[in-house]
Amino acid sequence: MTRVYVPRDSGAVSVGAEEVARSIATEAILRGLPVQLIRNGSRGLYWLEPFVEVETAAGRIAYGPVAQEDVPGLFTAGFLEGKPHRLLLGKPEALPYLARQERLTFERVGITDPLSVEDYEAHGGYRGLARAITLAPADIVEAVTQSGLRGRGGAAFPTGIKWKTALGAAADQKYVVCNADEGDSGTFSDRMVMEGDPLVLVEGMTIAGIAVGATRGYIYLRSEYPHALRALSRAIAAAYARGFLGPSVMGSAHAFDLEVRVGAGAYICGEETAMLDSLEGKRGMVRFKPPLPAIAGLFGKPTVINNVISFASVPIVLDRGAEFYRDYGMGRSRGTLPIQLAGNIKHGGLVEKAFGVTLRELVYDYGGGSRSGRPIRTVQVGGPLGAFIPESQFDLPLDYEAFAAVNAMVGHGGIVAFDDTVDMAAMARYAMEFCAIESCGKCTPCRIGSQRGVEVMDRVIAARDARDPAAAAASTGLLKDLCDTMVAGSLCALGGMAPFPVLSAIQHFPEDFGLPAAELAAAAG
Amino acid sequence: MIDRAAWTDVVDRALARLRNLPGALMPILRAIQEELGYIPPEAVPVIAESLNLSRAEVHGVISFYHDFRSEPPGRHVLHVCRAESCQAVGAEALLAHACSRLGVELHGTSADGAVTLEPVYCLGNCALSPAVMIDRNLYGRMSEQRLDTLLETLETVA
Repeated sequence: MTRVYVPRDSGAVSVGAEEVARSIATEAILRGLPVQLIRNGSRGLYWLEPFVEVETAAGRIAYGPVAQEDVPGLFTAGFLEGKPHRLLLGKPEALPYLARQERLTFERVGITDPLSVEDYEAHGGYRGLARAITLAPADIVEAVTQSGLRGRGGAAFPTGIKWKTALGAAADQKYVVCNADEGDSGTFSDRMVMEGDPLVLVEGMTIAGIAVGATRGYIYLRSEYPHALRALSRAIAAAYARGFLGPSVMGSAHAFDLEVRVGAGAYICGEETAMLDSLEGKRGMVRFKPPLPAIAGLFGKPTVINNVISFASVPIVLDRGAEFYRDYGMGRSRGTLPIQLAGNIKHGGLVEKAFGVTLRELVYDYGGGSRSGRPIRTVQVGGPLGAFIPESQFDLPLDYEAFAAVNAMVGHGGIVAFDDTVDMAAMARYAMEFCAIESCGKCTPCRIGSQRGVEVMDRVIAARDARDPAAAAASTGLLKDLCDTMVAGSLCALGGMAPFPVLSAIQHFPEDFGLPAAELAAAAG
Repeated sequence: MIDRAAWTDVVDRALARLRNLPGALMPILRAIQEELGYIPPEAVPVIAESLNLSRAEVHGVISFYHDFRSEPPGRHVLHVCRAESCQAVGAEALLAHACSRLGVELHGTSADGAVTLEPVYCLGNCALSPAVMIDRNLYGRMSEQRLDTLLETLETVA
């Protein structure tokens, strides 16, 4: 029986992995060859998807990108023995894109069968939980604090401190909520984990539950991820069946129940307090803080809220120790970050690296430059609320503090590349439009300001196209004032940060805004 | 339009199964929309009474979320991503093509009732932009030609 791996990751499926898997099964039957198909997660080299691997005596051998019509030829060439073919890539772990990564959170993604608890355990899974059960709650929290792990959803708040607050809050019921409303464009690492290694999220949330004394967990999943819903639901059922969830987790005195709740297409529900309202069955409106959710969160009870990657990074911290994790990274950004390369990029995909890697390395060494072959003009880092960064700043290391120093943010680690055909005024207009569409409506500067921002951008673009620099400068000045008001007068990051891409576009690319020569010189100087 | 008996049955079943969940409204609305394709406005008072909410609260939730509809969509729903990553590789042109090919504006349904066109802000397939979703199926590296082929297949099947 030869094992053949064809990803069920939705990205792989989006370029034909289902058809390839079916063809391999059919062809194997026709040729009378015993093949066991395993539907793994994606290794994250998306330009090579569908990325098919065969288990041979010499280890796993990869082929890709495989189209359905390539399948008979692969059989004829002897791919089941890892023999040469035009699509042969060799050993996956030897491919430079993977060989130069530091995969901790993603150590199993693409390797194991995501729905098999046995496979998960055989690859180090549930060792973190087993250790957590032997510790006092405060010691689990201490390990997470010592690891230096900070919230990977974007805000980068120290995870251990959040847990400590929830642990210290007395209540008859506490909750653990996973924010899986991964709405930022250019980000897909949450999705890859949920589809490719869902049990690591289940394990991380269970550890959080034991650490803070919560017996119920919810995963708030965006509705745009039907494949992740299927994988999570099956993984949770498998964990219950094996006693890793339920009234006695791994035979211990700890109970933990876990349920997936699906959103309904609202970006704002990725904001933690809006998400809580949505989980409670209401409109996703942002709440005032305080009270902090760790004190009074879901249904008014103490609630730990973390992103998928934050929870998924906890098992390895418990298993291998806080020092092991903390030894990766730079400054106050410890550990690794799963970075996502997206947009106009040749080698789009998942790159997990210790903090400190530069944008230039990511965009060119890993990403291979633009997909269009044209020069890359800018990258937007951290989603639709992140700044546009010009080529002159590509030596910036990925580090929360280094990015903050230039008014940019690492966010959830998504990097979207644009080539030199991009119109930065159009991107600034879009940032305002997106904010207007997705605003929950609570704060006037966000609700109305974003609408006015779209209108002002229309005037800027009209003035630029009419070659009227004075009018463009007047409208741009107004836009900057509006951005100030939004930053200062909005409760949450949507209204408070939507101005950042706008302001960074004006600052770094004033020529796209039709500004007068004097202002261009000032901006350049 | 489906008759009254058909939707009341779906709504009653969703309420019976889910009304005791904490924060039950969202799962109930999702369950109804999954079966009917939309949430009939006539169902709002029924849901409200069952959950001890006001009609305004239920209506408020339905109108807040982009997913929920109060009218039936076409037989298929085409979501075209227009977020930044897809824009970087031509999503706006792809969306314009979809509009003209289907003869609709955003949120519109083609005259033959086959396809409703919706914008979406990220499908999480950003390494393979531009992305579209047709019903529950995700497609990456979409081109105008490939989209035409997909739509033709849909329309012959429908």
